[in-house]
Amino acid sequence: MSGLNEPFQTLARQRGAAELGIWIFLASELVFFGGLFTGYSVYRFLYPDGFLAAGAETNLIIGTANTAILLTSSATMAVAVWAGREGLRRHVLWGLCLTSLLGAGFMVLKAVEYAEDIRKSLVPGAGFALPERGAEIFFSFYWIMTAIHAVHLTIGVAAVSLAAWRLWRGRVDWRGTAFLHVLGLYWHLIDLIWIFLFPLLYLLGRGG
Amino acid sequence: MTDAAHPGTPDHGYSLPPSYLGAGTTLRSWLLTTDHKRIGLLYLASITVFFLIGGIAAAVMRTELMTPTGDLVSADTYNRLFTLHGVIMVWFFLIPAVPTTLGNFILPMAIGARDVAFPRLNLLSWYLNIAGGTLALVALLLGGVDTGWTFYTPYSTLYSNSYVTLAAAGVFVAGFSSIATGLNFIVTVHTQRTKGMTWMRLPLFVWSIYATSIILVLATPALAIVLAMIVGERVFDLGLFDPTRGGDPILFQHIFWFYSHPAVYIMILPGMGVVTEVLTCFSRRKVFGYEAMVFAILGIAIFGFFVWGHHMFVSGQSTFASLIFSLLSFVIAVPSAIKVFNWSATLYGGHITFEASMLYALGFVGLFTMGGLTGLFLASVPVDVHVTDTYFIVAHFHYIMVGGMVSAFFAGLHFWWPKITGRMYSEGFARAAALLMFVGFNVTFFPQFILGFMGMPRRYWSYPPEFQILNLMSSFGAMILALAYALPFVYFALSLWRGRMAGDNPWRATGLEWATASPPPRENFAEPPVVDSAPYDYHPAHAEPTEREDARDREDQDDRPEDPR
Ligand SMILES: [Cu+2]
Repeated sequence: MSGLNEPFQTLARQRGAAELGIWIFLASELVFFGGLFTGYSVYRFLYPDGFLAAGAETNLIIGTANTAILLTSSATMAVAVWAGREGLRRHVLWGLCLTSLLGAGFMVLKAVEYAEDIRKSLVPGAGFALPERGAEIFFSFYWIMTAIHAVHLTIGVAAVSLAAWRLWRGRVDWRGTAFLHVLGLYWHLIDLIWIFLFPLLYLLGRGG
Repeated sequence: MTDAAHPGTPDHGYSLPPSYLGAGTTLRSWLLTTDHKRIGLLYLASITVFFLIGGIAAAVMRTELMTPTGDLVSADTYNRLFTLHGVIMVWFFLIPAVPTTLGNFILPMAIGARDVAFPRLNLLSWYLNIAGGTLALVALLLGGVDTGWTFYTPYSTLYSNSYVTLAAAGVFVAGFSSIATGLNFIVTVHTQRTKGMTWMRLPLFVWSIYATSIILVLATPALAIVLAMIVGERVFDLGLFDPTRGGDPILFQHIFWFYSHPAVYIMILPGMGVVTEVLTCFSRRKVFGYEAMVFAILGIAIFGFFVWGHHMFVSGQSTFASLIFSLLSFVIAVPSAIKVFNWSATLYGGHITFEASMLYALGFVGLFTMGGLTGLFLASVPVDVHVTDTYFIVAHFHYIMVGGMVSAFFAGLHFWWPKITGRMYSEGFARAAALLMFVGFNVTFFPQFILGFMGMPRRYWSYPPEFQILNLMSSFGAMILALAYALPFVYFALSLWRGRMAGDNPWRATGLEWATASPPPRENFAEPPVVDSAPYDYHPAHAEPTEREDARDREDQDDRPEDPR
């Protein structure tokens, strides 16, 4: 298996193409989330008090734990990519498995957090718990931002697990191709987005 | 039938592999193909279907508008018709039209490549487009959407009792198809250019598709997120655009037009690229100001992101914002004007012949200029306030999109048809269709400028009786236009059946795609071509008529007998 696909003649050119492709994809993802960040900023400016009051209601402990988990998963992903470059198959496998386990751990904690949010009536719509003007908007953003992030993470966990399994069965060309690097960049994007979400959704209104 | 039976089949002197059409004839060989040429044809088939559906909706609307009273359909049905027309035409015809059909087919060949960089992603992109189109069509069949193609909030989120969620989901999915296609083309141009094909030797068609791809990749996600927000509002009762809960419906317009103004350039830039290829070929002239054209293309792509506010002059945005957006909208007319002047300068002194694709291309230049100039009226705030939401707007954007973009699409289709199929079509019929389309288009849409200026609002199914004459004219023009769109089906079908063999390069054009067989083999080229000169290697700008290459040969070519029918 050489890992060379049509229409490429050399692995180096193919690697370059795959890396350029994933960077373009990441740029489009930034615009996608950029729409949400723009909306968030507008309403944060319009309703500072409502946002402060609402921001204090999210679960800081789970949020912080999840941030630590994702940061660690980015490290394990980086290990997998680095090991891939060195040709260390066993380390790649370990890196991928740990990454996908940490990703799954994030989702379990997030599910616990969602359940608590629902119990505390922090869901926009009739019966929303907080009276401050703008608090409901904050939680609209909280739900849509974390939900879209969770969708990305689910895809990431699935992709990393699949990659680990195929690599274990010897069904993927990871030596010399951009396979692991592309996967790694996607994973780091998920992490990066969360690094922005964390202060916007969890650290607001905690100053007092 | 065998090619050898036809005179005019070129003798290559070496044996070429079979054409891409012969590489498999089963349905499976088409539906699972990764050949960029076949994927281009899959797109051609699907956008034709969408074009017909959108066109039928327009025909019903024009019939309704023949009388001042609403008699053929109800007001509510009329709302659903214009939404259907807009959604289908914008996202499932205009946006994909040139990039995914001609772009897919020609772009890799024009840079001397075997295929696009990611052939399987290319196929996936077609399936995403079909999936999105199916969702939108299901929404329309279940009862339709009544918001207009712009999905303005809070109507679309709070009040509309139509299938907004489903249609928005369809457009959302099709958006991923756009992003995949754009990404693929960008990487293809970066990594698949053949030896000697430097950036400044790229044909302007390739530059246009490249710039379009950048817009596709960077603008489409904004549409995706705003549609996701609408779905969130409708399904999960979020309050993002709900004024009663502190939400701001205008935020929707900002994000929507951040995508939808650049989307205009997604539609028109590829058309400009096609027209450049056609105008240079049929005036036998090197394009005037190649570098200026490249920078104009890139300028349009970049500035296009900073003018969205001109759609919102009456939305209550600040006067200061309106002034800035107005200024920038005037600025973006400059690169477009550079292109129009350069096309004119290319034609000046050229040895012009009026093949059908040239007629379409010339039609494009005229109609695009009309559309662009009326765009300047609209960029100026006082005029815009007067004609906002009138037929003036409708006429303006149809001049750009139908007059401009659809003409360019037909120009390209006629220009590259011999390459795609290996056969010629009836030039006489094609010229008639091109002229008919130009006339029909103007009869349909010019009266709408006047109607709009007189104050007839858009999106109504009835109107005061004094507007009837102009509306009748418009509906009459639409019939001519429908005939003009029907004609190509006939002569293209005839061409497939009995068309004369085209040979490698029937127009004696210069692009690399003409340097291989028609139809091309699966690999495009027997061996990778090497480029050693700038594009548009026709005769130079100041050549005297005597120096001009063999004008006589071309007349001989024009005298060739019509194909048998
Ligand atoms: Cu605009």
